[in-house]
Amino acid sequence: MSTTAAPLALERGESPGRRALRRFLKHRLAVFGLAVVLVFVLVAVLAPWVATADPLATSWTAIRKAPSAAHWFGTDENGRDVFSRVVWGARASLLAGVVSVLAAVAIGVPIGLLAGLAGGWTDTIISRIADAMLSVPFLILAIALAAFLGPALENAMLAIAITASPVFVRLARGMALDAKSTDWVEAARALGNPPWRLGLLHVLPNIVPPLLVQATLAIAEAIIAEASLSFLGLGQQPPDPSWGSMLNSAQRFLTQAPWLAIFPGLAIFLVVLAFNLVGDGLRDALDPRSERR
Amino acid sequence: MWIWLLRRMGQILPTLLILSILIFGLQQLMPGDPALILAGEERGDPQVLAQIRAELFLDRPLWQQYLHWLGNVLQGDFGFSWRIRMPVSELILEKLPVTFQLATMAFIIALLIGVPAGILSAVWRDRPVDWVTNAVALFGISTPNFWLGIMMILLFSVQLGWLPPSGYVPLTEDPVQSLATTIMPAFVLGNGIAGVLMRHTRAAMLTALSQDYVRTARAKGLPERVVVTKHALRNALIPVVTLGTIEFGRLLAGAVLTEQIFTIPGFGKLIVDAVFNRDYPVVQGVVLATALIFVTLSLVADLLYMTINPRLRAA
Repeated sequence: MSTTAAPLALERGESPGRRALRRFLKHRLAVFGLAVVLVFVLVAVLAPWVATADPLATSWTAIRKAPSAAHWFGTDENGRDVFSRVVWGARASLLAGVVSVLAAVAIGVPIGLLAGLAGGWTDTIISRIADAMLSVPFLILAIALAAFLGPALENAMLAIAITASPVFVRLARGMALDAKSTDWVEAARALGNPPWRLGLLHVLPNIVPPLLVQATLAIAEAIIAEASLSFLGLGQQPPDPSWGSMLNSAQRFLTQAPWLAIFPGLAIFLVVLAFNLVGDGLRDALDPRSERR
Repeated sequence: MWIWLLRRMGQILPTLLILSILIFGLQQLMPGDPALILAGEERGDPQVLAQIRAELFLDRPLWQQYLHWLGNVLQGDFGFSWRIRMPVSELILEKLPVTFQLATMAFIIALLIGVPAGILSAVWRDRPVDWVTNAVALFGISTPNFWLGIMMILLFSVQLGWLPPSGYVPLTEDPVQSLATTIMPAFVLGNGIAGVLMRHTRAAMLTALSQDYVRTARAKGLPERVVVTKHALRNALIPVVTLGTIEFGRLLAGAVLTEQIFTIPGFGKLIVDAVFNRDYPVVQGVVLATALIFVTLSLVADLLYMTINPRLRAA
């Protein structure tokens, strides 16, 4: 990466990081996506202050009321305020998305680096395990793992983390193999650096750009996966709010209370769209070959 | 080509072997003792428990349990459902045609939308057409399947009353009713894949349009329509066909939630019901079956790639 980026950066007199930032900011949709992500993060962090009501407080006098000034998104079948539940649901969704992807990176990258740098049997075994896991579609593997682990938000996150990790294994392995064939890593090895030092100092910094892109897109996928698992009752357990489980119970009241189905879904759609926009923008900004795009 | 195929099989076999270990390993994550669950009312009787353990090899060391399980799987025995009291393989074979119909319809919808959209956006690159198709593709990719399904039921079934909200009629029984019950779920499933196919087609077309042979064709004075359809598209479709085959496998995963929402008794509903009923052998069997289908499809994708790309056939 930086081998091709360095001459360009020298010509323009700017560092690769600064150049990527400039290109990212020029990408209007990506900046919009980033803004939406930040709004959702703020809402999740400040949920107790943003929510207009207690998300768990039931009220028998306000069952399935349409959106109004008192309840912006209406109320659900137990008289709970849907807006407050969507706000608190952002916590579960973002937490699940970000934490499970961070865990997947933490599992996948070291294993991938090991495979790429060590080579031989270690590489063969690790690569075959990654292949095997990738041959089961993402959601089916996540459902199966969550089902066997038992229904809970933590287990859903663990299931998503494990399912998402082989992608990062492949990425890190590929980058390690690329780096291994370069002259500067060859030189570093000739100087007697041990493999872990090569991985840490020479390969890891080059992985950061593609890793950032992959991780952002993986968060979008993880948020959908968490919503899907919660929809199936395998994620956040009631009465705690999560967008997926809200959609599940909304299904029973489509004719009487359609707003129950609209708002949580809209929240998932917006946050996933935002992460996808940021991911696409990062890819264009960090890829030195796509200068003319 | 045969040598290549053999080499490819040599790669797949270890993958399948590891996959079988992983899927067998799922069982070990299971909370509680399966013998206790299976014994039901008679869980207090140690003799019954011992008999169940002996039948299921649960009293043997783990590696023997695995070999026993693997031997059964190789003979097509995927275990026995705890709830429905039927062999898992029979359950899967019974549900698979339903999902296959759904996935095929979804795939056709995705192709009809994704490929033309990708061509248009590549030909009119950086023009309004390109922006709109890209935006639509991104929306398609970002919309959760199950939410789109619920919204479509809300619009077409609840508000307009045009289509049945749920249920399934087999194609052989009443083709018209069958299409009416599956068109919405097929569209929902196809929607996400259409976005992916559009992006693949656009990228492949852009590459093809920048090749020398396209410049030559243009220089010869051929009409642009001929250049695009005859010269560029034919070459661009090669990666699209192979990637499309793999996307078809992903439809199986998408079917899980879609079938749940539209209550279609297919493969996806089978695994969800099994999860709800804690019917672990069925969950395990479905994961195994999907993996087998997926591996087969990627092999088919490679073969297709070889067949339509003559340059690779000689190698």
